[in-house]
Amino acid sequence: MYNFDIERPGTVADAVSALGREEAQPLSGGQTLIPTLKARLAAPSVLVSLSGIEELKGVRMEGGKLCIGGGTTHGRVAREAEAHYPGLASLAARIGDPAVRNRGTIGGSLANNDPSACYPAGALGSGATILTNSREIAADDYFQGMFSTALEEGEIVTEVRFPVPSAARYEKFIQPASRFPLVAAFVARFEDGVRVAITGASNNGVFRWPEAEVALSSSFTADALEGLTLSGDEMISDLHGSGQYRAHLCGVMTKRAVASLV
Amino acid sequence: MPQVKMTVNGKAASGEVEGRTLLVQFLREDQGLTGTHVGCDTSQCGACVVHVNGEAVKSCTMFAVEADGAEVATIEGQAAPDGTLNVIQQAFQDHHGLQCGFCTPGMVMSAAALLKDNPKPTEADVRHYLDGNICRCTGYHNIVKAIMAASGQDVGAIAAE
Repeated sequence: MYNFDIERPGTVADAVSALGREEAQPLSGGQTLIPTLKARLAAPSVLVSLSGIEELKGVRMEGGKLCIGGGTTHGRVAREAEAHYPGLASLAARIGDPAVRNRGTIGGSLANNDPSACYPAGALGSGATILTNSREIAADDYFQGMFSTALEEGEIVTEVRFPVPSAARYEKFIQPASRFPLVAAFVARFEDGVRVAITGASNNGVFRWPEAEVALSSSFTADALEGLTLSGDEMISDLHGSGQYRAHLCGVMTKRAVASLV
Repeated sequence: MPQVKMTVNGKAASGEVEGRTLLVQFLREDQGLTGTHVGCDTSQCGACVVHVNGEAVKSCTMFAVEADGAEVATIEGQAAPDGTLNVIQQAFQDHHGLQCGFCTPGMVMSAAALLKDNPKPTEADVRHYLDGNICRCTGYHNIVKAIMAASGQDVGAIAAE
């Protein structure tokens, strides 16, 4: 790992100011960034650690929405969101392993937007709103392809607001070496319709599956998905699975999620 | 260079570190606490698990600077000062929960974190919790058995296999 300066601001304002330094990068839980630094795939001059900022941590209900601070760990979301939004708490409880969940944060996961990460599916599938130090971004506008988001340089995810569906389930097919999803589906049933988000599958990162949403909005059964297929052309194809295989798994995982809710 | 101060196993510990110094490097190289192991260095194996403010973390995937002011617990603090093993360590010995012993510090620290939150786990709970701790010797059965025994539950029905 190349060396760098590290700063530990106590407030979002100080973090934003520290991120103004040349080649500065934010560090949240570090469960992806630290291995990346070790592999010398990133070489910032300054790391701005967000872990000491208390105002970024916490889980609360406000205006009917579940509001999670950007610096809240997966472990804390798993515990504290359970009473309000069990489908999302269950997603958080299955990220990585217990020690990783005690460091990794929702803001870090969403800022990184790994094409196989769990939280992007939860945020997009819920129709969440991502709050930063300067604005609010709808999940539909936030995810912009593999490792790409609407965030500008130096912009920090301060909070994520989730509308709470009447039922939701995250089903993942684990890639056994990395334990990341090979393909996973997040299905959320709201009074005015169903949202389906898929992670792990596409070359373009997390995406919604509109045909499945329409079918499930008219009949919330696994059978409603019968005959619906996705093309393997835009899917990730690697030694773990072909694009066609991943496309098939999208249907299987979505059906499993629905079947567990009916 | 940044200065860090923390409490390690109840004692004050401080030192000068680089930005990139990992918590495990500080513990092993600066403090001489070599019980915490580095297996994979990629946060997969869990040999480096310690507790920071009571929570299990992988000390190879956290910078020492981020533990500034924290309470850190390592394997060295688990036994009593006279060397008497704690209940988890004793159960690992009684049930042959280790062979080469390389993963054991992380296993014991993860087990301690599990039993703090879930004092009477099921066998499935234990196996699920150890998802991030890899052992290449035992096949896990005796580790699971040891942790179940440490929780005070009858392990007669758990096959040694």
